[in-house]
Amino acid sequence: MNDQITQIRAVGQSHPRREAREKVTGRIEYIHNLRLPNMLYGKIFRSTVAHARIVSIDTSEAAACPGVDMVLTGEDIRKIMPDPHFGVMFHDQPVLALDKVRYVGEPVAIVLASDPNVAAEAVALIDVDYDELEPVFDEMEALSAETFVHDELKPGIPEIQFLKGVRDTNVGFPYQLRHGGDVDKAFEEADRVFEHTFRTHPSAHVPLEPPVTVAEPTGAGLTLHTANQSPSFVRYEISRLLGWPQHKIRVRVPYLGGGFGAKLWIRLEALVAAAALLAKRPVKVSLSMEEQFYTITKHGATLKIKSGLDKDGRITARKCEVFWNGGAYADIGPAVAFHAGMTAAGPYDIENVAIDSFSMYTNRPVAGAMRGFGHPQLIWAYENHTDMMAHELGIDPLEFRRRNILREGKEHATGTALNTSSVEKVLDRVAERLQWGKPFERGEGTVKRGRGFAIGIKASIAPSTSEAIVRLGADGSATLMCSSVDMGQGSDTAHAQIVAEVLNMPVEMVHVVHPDTDVTPYDTGTLGSRSLYHMGHAARLAAEDAKAKLEELAAEVGAQPGSNVPIWELFARKNGMPVGHVVGTASFIPDGHIPPDPMTGQSPHITPYWMLGATGAEVEIDTETGRVTVLRMINVADTGTQINPKIVDHQISGASIMQLGQTMQEKVHFDFGQVTNASFADYKIPSMLDIPQIETSVLDGAEADGPFGAKGVGETGSFCVSSAIANAVFDAVGVRVSEMPITGETVYRAMRAAAGEPLEEE
Amino acid sequence: MKDVMTQTIDFTLNGKAVSAEIQGHWTLVDLLQQGFDLYGARQSCGQGLCGCCTVVLNGKPVSGCLFLAALADGATIETIENNEETLDPVQEAFIEAGAFQCGFCTPGFVLMTRQLIAEIPEPSEEEIRLYLTGNLCRCGTYPQIIEAVQKAAARMRAA
Repeated sequence: MNDQITQIRAVGQSHPRREAREKVTGRIEYIHNLRLPNMLYGKIFRSTVAHARIVSIDTSEAAACPGVDMVLTGEDIRKIMPDPHFGVMFHDQPVLALDKVRYVGEPVAIVLASDPNVAAEAVALIDVDYDELEPVFDEMEALSAETFVHDELKPGIPEIQFLKGVRDTNVGFPYQLRHGGDVDKAFEEADRVFEHTFRTHPSAHVPLEPPVTVAEPTGAGLTLHTANQSPSFVRYEISRLLGWPQHKIRVRVPYLGGGFGAKLWIRLEALVAAAALLAKRPVKVSLSMEEQFYTITKHGATLKIKSGLDKDGRITARKCEVFWNGGAYADIGPAVAFHAGMTAAGPYDIENVAIDSFSMYTNRPVAGAMRGFGHPQLIWAYENHTDMMAHELGIDPLEFRRRNILREGKEHATGTALNTSSVEKVLDRVAERLQWGKPFERGEGTVKRGRGFAIGIKASIAPSTSEAIVRLGADGSATLMCSSVDMGQGSDTAHAQIVAEVLNMPVEMVHVVHPDTDVTPYDTGTLGSRSLYHMGHAARLAAEDAKAKLEELAAEVGAQPGSNVPIWELFARKNGMPVGHVVGTASFIPDGHIPPDPMTGQSPHITPYWMLGATGAEVEIDTETGRVTVLRMINVADTGTQINPKIVDHQISGASIMQLGQTMQEKVHFDFGQVTNASFADYKIPSMLDIPQIETSVLDGAEADGPFGAKGVGETGSFCVSSAIANAVFDAVGVRVSEMPITGETVYRAMRAAAGEPLEEE
Repeated sequence: MKDVMTQTIDFTLNGKAVSAEIQGHWTLVDLLQQGFDLYGARQSCGQGLCGCCTVVLNGKPVSGCLFLAALADGATIETIENNEETLDPVQEAFIEAGAFQCGFCTPGFVLMTRQLIAEIPEPSEEEIRLYLTGNLCRCGTYPQIIEAVQKAAARMRAA
């Protein structure tokens, strides 16, 4: 490269997604499409009871079914995985049930056949005898229940070994934070104290491409072709389960048909890997839409929040207790309890804070991370609570927040200061876009209108690692190798723009290699809006390293610094022909992370960056039916520099639409642990008729330490939608819905109750 | 397996006369994937409610995950793969508007948009929402899809 060439601006441009053509022609690669020669299809037999000892499993009829190749149970898995329990935090989840089942839908056996229809038919011929145990479904009941989902806790990662061997509890992980002074004393001294309890129900990620994995035994080991957001972890975990060196396992991930957290860590990979190795043939398992509901959900939670205020309407004390319904296995639930627990008190400046956040085991399907990592649930609680207090005190909700928000440079309850993110600016922006101070048309007759808003905060997960390789060729093109998974958020495009900017080349000249652990280096995972910051830095540093190596090459072959010898000629002078590469590498871990104190949760540097969001909503309510129509939604996001403004805008509006669905209509219904609405016929995600007018407003001041000032935005639009709508509903009809979703029925019931004419319970 | 009922059907696929040996229970998605390696019509919800499996049969959109392949004997089938060389104005507009994220639902939306514009050359936003309500996008790209449809319709009217 040389300095006399004009700098190409790649960063900040709204380049179309690089795979756009393949997406509109239907030719894009998903694992969904993959068929290998000699491949078997696996169909999972699932538990029909929520909690039971397995007395016997009879697979003989299924195995005898014409066309069935093999039927495997948990005991078969042990032949190849000595301890077949997996998990990113706890090693508690069996590949197939062993001895016990812990939720309806738990995999108990798998049938392998050349024809997927044969496998599905044969599954129905399996017969299991259960000795049923008392189940526990509710997160609050799990706290005091006499029945325990696990006999003892099985922590996996080093940080939680203090929980090893703990018995007789359904608390998987307890997080606590203590900030400032004596919170109980502060409540005693408070002028007013408010306490509220909120609930959210489990919802489902349901990416339109359900989880799917193909495992292929090879001469060298095993290749997993899988729709997964964390290929590096898959390789790590499968190697641990098999006791093989990691190099024998190759994990390959092309594009994903949506992820949203559903495809993190291990989903089908351990089962399909074991099945393929036992069958000595490639095996594919594709979940159906129905099976998705039994595979991973978003946490339902009970959230208790209590605030003490002084006579000026300043919050002086806050206590939060959060109980996350994590289902039968830990998955990432303890990290949700920990990470979301950190910010349970919100973006407020409160002197005395106590937070307890518990991940609970229950006999429900596993709950994991979903877009927002627990924050939409928390913000549901604290922003309803904020408006409720403002109303009781007779203070305008905007003015009440202005008195209490965390100002720049001030310490958050975690002990870490807010530097480049401004709560005040986010709050001002949403108020301005709603024209909060101006009169508002309130509807007429039986139709009432209202408006509301909410603000929310999230820290990035820390610490985490991204590695990248940039190969710069003699023809002047570049190849970025990294393990970030493009599941629709546009990471390939953004990372290519960063490399193009550093190497000063058109973005089309940068090729991005999809995750393939034989080639692409380690990455923690594509989750929690971390990729643009972490992998963005790694890609930038690897490109800078490649650039430096090219300069070394230039010096080596006698080109004068600053001269305009073309790249091909530099390589030709070295290699005799215009061939070869320089290879830049980088490993990025944000500087300065200090783990929080385990007792108090305090750390002066708990996150590399903060994410702030706000949503304003205008709603219309038919008071005769309770039906709520959201008319307008304004999403404000603190984005840092936008690498690709159009994709940023679409990420924010897309996240808000997903959260709108969970606010208004989505709820996984259970009957004794059985999901009763596990299909799109009964579980309605938003369609084009369900969305209001949506506006996005960004605060794009540079994030101080971000790559070109950028940071993650994938989740921000999800934060505040639910509570903004709840606040608007209250503004319209004066009732508060404390439990999501906000359906016409819940609103109508609340209105009738408020009028002293409650409807009978169902 | 020998005892599976098979039959041969003849039909027109993206302008070409073809025939295929099918099993009785095959759907159009099975036929396209297993018979022709075409993966643009995708099974997602499996109930004809999401539109990912949309295929145009004798000029009418059908849910490929529900429609039995045997019934396609003699039919004319168009899939998203029918114009791979040159993008049409709908596909171009989808790219320009950024009207997809993960892309899994995109073929269904593109095919339905073509139908919509053929029926209503100048659709209002309300008409677009009603016409496309049977196609779901979990990434929530609806505002951009509406914009893409309007763009494509305007361009096709001008052409």
